Amino acid sequence: MSNRHLLVGTRKGLLHFTLRDGSWQYDHLSFEGIQVPYACFDARNNTLWASVDHGHWGQKLHRSRDQGKTWQELETPKYPETAKRKDEPAALDLIWVIEPGGVDEPNRLYLGTNPGGLFVSDDGGDSFVFNEPLWQHPSREEFWFGAGKDTPGICSIVVNPQNPKHLTLAVSVGGIYTSLDGGLSWEGRNQGIQSEFLPNPAAEYGHDPHFITQCPALPEVLWQQNHCGIYRSTDAGLQWHEVSEKDGVARFGWPICACETNPEVAWVVPARSDMSRVAVDQSLCVARTEDGGKSWQSFRKGLPQSLCFDIVYRHAFDNTYEHLAFGSTTGNLFTSADGGESWASLGHYFPPVYAVRFYQS
Amino acid sequence: MAFVEFTRNLKRFFPDLEPTEVSADTVAALVAALDQRLPKLASYLVDDQGRLRQHVNIFVDEVMVRDRVGLSDPLTPQSKVFIVQALSGG
Repeated sequence: MSNRHLLVGTRKGLLHFTLRDGSWQYDHLSFEGIQVPYACFDARNNTLWASVDHGHWGQKLHRSRDQGKTWQELETPKYPETAKRKDEPAALDLIWVIEPGGVDEPNRLYLGTNPGGLFVSDDGGDSFVFNEPLWQHPSREEFWFGAGKDTPGICSIVVNPQNPKHLTLAVSVGGIYTSLDGGLSWEGRNQGIQSEFLPNPAAEYGHDPHFITQCPALPEVLWQQNHCGIYRSTDAGLQWHEVSEKDGVARFGWPICACETNPEVAWVVPARSDMSRVAVDQSLCVARTEDGGKSWQSFRKGLPQSLCFDIVYRHAFDNTYEHLAFGSTTGNLFTSADGGESWASLGHYFPPVYAVRFYQS
Repeated sequence: MAFVEFTRNLKRFFPDLEPTEVSADTVAALVAALDQRLPKLASYLVDDQGRLRQHVNIFVDEVMVRDRVGLSDPLTPQSKVFIVQALSGG
């Protein structure tokens, strides 16, 4: 029988939880005291991956083949000397997201990094190749820039489960890009996005996708929590449609989760606009749509409804069937076992949470 | 042979790290030689372009290195090198 696990990457290490008898129980901590901006499980080979940011000592990549009991530090990917930003050599700031390749390419792994690099491994993470075609995209110099961070970064990488050469990624700030040939060439996919911070809100590039995800059962359905609203596409990003609430809370935020089986269902954790970046009305809710974004329902049971300032970073919300979980910047961790309708706390005193990811073993 | 000492904070990641002597005529050569002895140690001290990390300092005879980009500061056989981290944050 398989077990469900939860990885929680925080400012002070990576926490491991396991679902036992219907409740999430703490197992252990990896990388005590060290930032873990991202962690995930690779089901193709039962491997855990962790982005480990030492601050003083730099950004590292670790791999575990025993569910996080022991870790192996791998060679850190290197930007080529020819990669420049504003005439300065580009150097690795952050491994922001780690994404396993397709089921039929078991040794392929993608890293999305700051300042805007995509690294690809075809040997299970032992070595990485810098993706030049994306770096050389003519839009990069003019339209990629930092926002919350000093540099642009690749924050989401989506691999189409029906065709792993079909990649879609998000650059924050830069926009959505798609490759149909495994990364050999890239095209923008930002039609329909309106970015009020741009001189031309409908520009081809320069948008700020906070996170994108797909419905695995129908991967042409993509969801995007953008800086300027929530968007959905039913044609793999060729055209985006805004599905934000006109008068409700579901509009601004960072993460978004898509249902594995139903392309009409998604969840967001709304926040107050980019002017203040706090919880809406000092309270937390999770909003769910069941009709492709035409309407949203907010759920608050079990979530703080007063004196709450929590916001949820883009990788700190995840779902696996009826289970959902998110962690906040102020160290609260919540789980739901009923599709987001009610929530229970796993604790209130965690470090700031950067990443929450489920897996099964 | 230059003599090099380290902040004890690096011992967490390199348990075998001890003060040692290294034959090198620049700081860059010293870092490369240390990485031969303790693989990946250089990546903790310099970024992927070989520049000294922002919050890492290397002192040669109690003077902070001047060339943080190329680490070309010269060493003599009598040099005493100290590798430390800046203190910061919580």
